[in-house]
Formats: sequence, structure tokens, C-alpha cells
Amino acid sequence: MSLQLPLAESDIAFLHEVERRSGQNLARCYQCGKCSAGCPIAFEMDHPPHQVIRGVQMGMRDLALSSRTIWLCAACETCSTRCPQDVDPAGIMDALRRIAYAEGVRSPEQDVPLFHRLFLGSVRQFGRVFEVGLIAFYNLFSGHLTKDLVIAPKMLLKGKLSVLPPSMRHGKGMKEMFARAEALEAELE
Amino acid sequence: MRYAYYPGCSLHSTSREYDMSTQAVCQALGIELEEIEDWICCGASSGHMTSELMALALPVKNLVLAREMSLDTAVACAACYSRLKVANKVMSSNGNPRVPYVDEIVRTGGGGARPYRGEAKVKHLLEIVTDEYGLDTLRARVTRPLDGLRIAAYYGCLLVRPPEVTHFDDPEDPTTMERLIAALGAEPVDWPYKTECCGGSLALTRTNVVAKLCHDILEMAADEGAECIMVACPLCQSSLDLRQAQVNRRYGTDLHMPILYFTQLIGLALGMANKELGLNKLIVSPDSLFRAKALV
Repeated sequence: MSLQLPLAESDIAFLHEVERRSGQNLARCYQCGKCSAGCPIAFEMDHPPHQVIRGVQMGMRDLALSSRTIWLCAACETCSTRCPQDVDPAGIMDALRRIAYAEGVRSPEQDVPLFHRLFLGSVRQFGRVFEVGLIAFYNLFSGHLTKDLVIAPKMLLKGKLSVLPPSMRHGKGMKEMFARAEALEAELE
Repeated sequence: MRYAYYPGCSLHSTSREYDMSTQAVCQALGIELEEIEDWICCGASSGHMTSELMALALPVKNLVLAREMSLDTAVACAACYSRLKVANKVMSSNGNPRVPYVDEIVRTGGGGARPYRGEAKVKHLLEIVTDEYGLDTLRARVTRPLDGLRIAAYYGCLLVRPPEVTHFDDPEDPTTMERLIAALGAEPVDWPYKTECCGGSLALTRTNVVAKLCHDILEMAADEGAECIMVACPLCQSSLDLRQAQVNRRYGTDLHMPILYFTQLIGLALGMANKELGLNKLIVSPDSLFRAKALV
């Protein structure tokens, strides 16, 4: 009698991909659920963290990559600090997000990767984050046009938002860095 | 005491008062901060959530600049602190296949030819004040003790977690800020939510989640008798301060909890002026609280 789960080759390939990218041995997770118990955002997730990890163990690529969970995880590291098996669930979430992001996997939490894209776009251009530009573009592209319109004037009055972008001089070499990283990341795989 | 200072993006925009109070307090204490010229963003959550290599290359580009200054790096933002320390951990490790790739990316961006192996030490300003400057020395400098002020110390996530990266105090029950609060003559509040998450990385995208987490934190602090909260991270501060009116509307609460940077409270105890510390930039004003405690 074989004790191996009847996983398809593609399922096993996905499990190995996540293990390689996260540097984690997922067989160590024995599903105690401590990560989910301490997760401050589990209440909003479609699958709590230990279920996503179970999904990866079972090679369930679609469940993991299109879950709300991977984008709602705030990377607070509570799970990774408390795991009795020394697994790093926050690192696994990072690996899943990076795969989903690179492949453009659709998710019901599309606004979060959109925000990351715009944030890094700002860094790529200016070297630093230009917050007013980031908020404006985020509201425009996410369709939440009036979001935070109550807070923004208060922040402007208090000098907490600058309407001028940072000096372009800090952005020197940034485009080249991002392009090189994209090419090398493909090599790492 | 001299450090290479990495302010990070927030301290140059939404959290200017953190930068102002940091500079003012360090100057008063004789801690010299030399800002790293042409520092860039550490990539924050967006970096490590989307790109394995940029998550390392962005902090390393800054650390290479700090290495050229031959000074330890002082960081004020807990998120930047975390990213810089993760980068140091990876770059100084043996046999991590990412290391040569990161060196190459940083070189492409004009970041020096010599490979980086974690030479630039990274310290949070809180560690610098409490451990290197020392609380006894600080206590001797206090001219306006914060008598009777009940302060809840809020550490949030990235100062203390993951512990094998930050090595900062106890990850479940840190007491560094409580010791600082006592040194300033104030009263630290004993409360259970000091390392809970404010949801900072979802600040713009899932504001409802942030509001829920902040509601729980603020209400617990109030229930335990805190009159204000001390923070050491611009993201924690923005979530708790900026979103407090939203929390009150959403949950029908009547919270008025000033959220102050530890540098602002040190400055107050050193007798500095409100304006110098940027206290007027806080959304939830501490004015009436400080008047009631005769601290202004």
C-alpha cells in the first residue's frame, strides 16, 4: 500500500515551486492552525493561512493563487514568530504573491496588487514614493475616485502631503535596476 | 555618537513631525545624524510582496551608501528598519543564491563595484536612545518630567518581528518603550495589545480592515486607562491617528487618543517647544491633554 497522496505531476511541481521560492519545507506543517489563530486579518480572509498552506501541500494552485488571503495578509509576521514547526507562513505568502503577481492571476482583491504596482512605479521613477501621485493614480485606476477626500485636505493643511514630486535626481539608475531585476528573476526560477 | 541617518519616504512626507522631532531630540542629546545623501525607498511591503530581488536590492543600494560613510545606520521607521535588516541577514548569509544577483542589480543602479555582505550595521533610533545613549543619561537630562501622564507603548509588528531578523527585545512582550516612558517621568500602561498589527500595509487598499484593527487597539488602550499612545513607526502612527475619526464614525465610539512618536515625548520632557516637535501636525491634537497635565 502506498502512503503517497495521489497528486498529479503539475500539483507536485507547484508545491516544489513554492518551496523553492520561499525556502520552506512545507512537509513540516502539521496543520495545528496556530498561524490562523493569531492572524489579525483571518476574519476577512476566504481561507485562513493554515488552509492556504494545506492547499499548497496538496498542489492546489488555483485555490492558493486566486485566494483573497495572499493579498490580505499584512506581513505582520505573527504567524512566522509563533509557528511551533519553524515554518515561515509569511514567507510562503510572499512566494505565492510573487507568483500570482508575475503571472497576473486575477483575484477578488485586485486593488492590492494594483497598489503595489503603482507604489513601485513611483519608486522606479523618483527613487522615493511620491504619495500624492500614488494616491491620485490609485483612486483613478481602482475606481475609488472619492476615497480619502475627507482626510486629504487636512493632511495638506498640516503639511503632511507634498503636491510636488521628489527631486528626479534620486531616481537615477532606478529604471535600470528594475529592468535588471526582472531579467534575473526569470533566471532564478 | 554619530550615525548615517536613513529617514525613509514617510518621514519626508506624511510623517514630517517624526523627522522634525528626531532631528531636534538627537541634536539636543548630542547624537549626530548625517543623512545618507541620495537614499532611496526601501521598497516597503510592495517590494517584498512582488519581487524577491528588488526587495533586497532597494535596501542594499542604501546600505552600500551607508558603508561608504563608515557609520552605523540609524533608522526611524520600523518598516524600513525591517527591510534593511532582512537585507543584511540575506546578504551576510553563506550560499544564498540571491546574493550575487542582488550585487549585480545594485551595480546596475550605480551602487558601487564592491559586493555587499551586510557590513553596514542597522539600528532603530529607539535602540540608539535606550541602549547606546542610555536611559540613565537621558533621565538626567529631563527638565519637564511627564508627571502623571499615562502612556500605552505600542510596538506594532516590524520592530519586534520576526525576532531572528530584528533581535529587538521580546517579540511577545517587549518593554523597551515602557522603560523609556518611566525614564521620562510618565506612567507606562500595562496592556495586552502592544504588538498587535494596525494593518498598515493595507492603509489605502482595505481601509475597513485597518479601521477594525485600529478600533480594537485604540479601545483596548483606552480601557486600560491610557491617555495617549507612544509609537516608533510612521505607519502605526498614521493608521491610529489619521483613521481615528473614521473609527469613531464606523464604531460609534468617542475616542480621542493622541498618537505620539517617542521622539516627541522625549522632546516634551526635555522642555522643547511644541512647534519644534511638530505636535501641531498631529490630527488628534494632544493640546488639551498636555494642558490638563500642565505640560505646556
